[in-house]
Amino acid sequence: MLAPAAEAARTSARPNPAMPLSVRGLTVAYGDLEVLRDVSVDTPPGSMTAIVGPNGAGKSTLLKAALDLVPRKAGEATFFGRRFAEVRRRVAFVPQRAAVDWDFPATAIDVVLMGLYADLGLFRLPGRRHRDRALAALERVGMADLAHRQIGRLSGGQQQRVFLARALVQDADLTLLDEPFAGVDAATERAIVAVLKTLNDGGRTVVAVHHDLSTVEAYFDRVVLLAGRVVAAGPTGAVFTEAALDETYGGRLTVRGERLPDAAAGR
Amino acid sequence: MTGAFLDALTFQAGYNTTLVTLGSALLGANAGAIGTFVTLRRRALVADAISHATLPGLVIAFILMALMTGEGRFLPGLMVGAVATAALGAVVIDWLVRSTRLEEDVGTGAVLSVFFGAGVVLMTVVQAMETGGQAGLGSFLLGATAGMRYAEAVTIAVSALLAGVAIAALARRFTLVCFDPTFAATTGIDIRRADLSMIALLVAVVVIGLEVAGLVLVVALAIIPPAAARFWTDRVGRMVLIAAGIGAVAGLVGASISAAGPNLPTGPLIVLTAAAIFTVSLVFGSARGLVPLLGRRERPA
Repeated sequence: MLAPAAEAARTSARPNPAMPLSVRGLTVAYGDLEVLRDVSVDTPPGSMTAIVGPNGAGKSTLLKAALDLVPRKAGEATFFGRRFAEVRRRVAFVPQRAAVDWDFPATAIDVVLMGLYADLGLFRLPGRRHRDRALAALERVGMADLAHRQIGRLSGGQQQRVFLARALVQDADLTLLDEPFAGVDAATERAIVAVLKTLNDGGRTVVAVHHDLSTVEAYFDRVVLLAGRVVAAGPTGAVFTEAALDETYGGRLTVRGERLPDAAAGR
Repeated sequence: MTGAFLDALTFQAGYNTTLVTLGSALLGANAGAIGTFVTLRRRALVADAISHATLPGLVIAFILMALMTGEGRFLPGLMVGAVATAALGAVVIDWLVRSTRLEEDVGTGAVLSVFFGAGVVLMTVVQAMETGGQAGLGSFLLGATAGMRYAEAVTIAVSALLAGVAIAALARRFTLVCFDPTFAATTGIDIRRADLSMIALLVAVVVIGLEVAGLVLVVALAIIPPAAARFWTDRVGRMVLIAAGIGAVAGLVGASISAAGPNLPTGPLIVLTAAAIFTVSLVFGSARGLVPLLGRRERPA
């Protein structure tokens, strides 16, 4: 039990409206199992944040709960100081690639156009303008040549790039990605990082669930270490320490920077 | 017989038959279109259960109307009854899957057999009744357009048109939900509501199709045309249109054959026509058919 004073101090902390994403006191449970407990996170504008932690740490759940995709037991999340439903257009989400059926009858450009459905009326078909935007997004991830290929005939890395293009076409100020580097080839990983850095250089904010500890420092300027609760959060240089990682991974991590079985499992 | 078939097929067989064949084609088109989304959402078995779950409602409505007016066969009334138990069946499936540990296929299979069984038992009640008799209901099991009345054909054609407009309006939303529900939800689509409207439209099409195709077979019109269409295209928009086209042709041809001779059941003829188109698509379909696929493999990579 927290002392009354500490309890009051914690609950009075409201989400920070200056932050593209601000989470306060978030608790999420699946049935009786608490996956996240009292999680508070801020991602400053123009930052690139990695959410890191072992399997079952609640990394994906954190994003999904913030996006109203799974119910919150307690706590709140704001985007640019507003509820998510009010600012959907400013936020793009890239789900895990494994979450969809790639045998679906759609080509790469069809999937990217889905990012623009919200802009289209009930009966209006995507016009030339929409197609051009979708093609431009595919171009940015190096997939313009494969725009008309059925998505099931793309490699895992190419599928991930199509997913990223669908987010790019939304032209969002904040992009959330769930394991964007899971199961992709090295070339795709480089291409995705380059695109994310470009977004970031343009002042956009990026938050990604990330599994590979060896690349955290190279890719991200901020990190959230998660293990059902926030172990540490802040600038990568200050937070991404051996002691903090040890605590996050429950001592299973011994050599800093080495890819652990847990971390490797996600790749 | 061939002459009568061609007359029906080309809408030359009199006003009533024309309306029936046209209604069957419209029904087939709608079933193919909504069926595309239902199968992409992996709800084919749910569709089957829902169509079987129309039987008790149909029979109860028949009994009630027969008791009250002496005439049980009044299509709008029968449709209301069918919708009621079909919707109840859908709700029970949803409840079973959400609140118990039953898998969806088990819950769906249970609902299918229990509701259909209840309907069959109720039909024996109708047989025992003096008014109306069962004659008016038999056509709803396997479909019979021969005895269809003018008002019934109009009801079917108009509701099929309305359902078509609704499907067109929701097509894009359904596409997103079928492919990537997580992403769909972040764009503001209420997944549960989208699923409900999908099932509601399916129920509508099934009920519209009861008298034409019969409740045992109507669901085939929602499953076979999309399966056939998938062999011709890799794009969902075209798949909907092709499935609608195949459904329309199957409805038109099946109803026309049925009109050509006495006692030819419409439902099986429509389904067999659809199955023939499916077989051709399976072999020759340009996107995934066996022959084009073989040709693709032979080419050096």
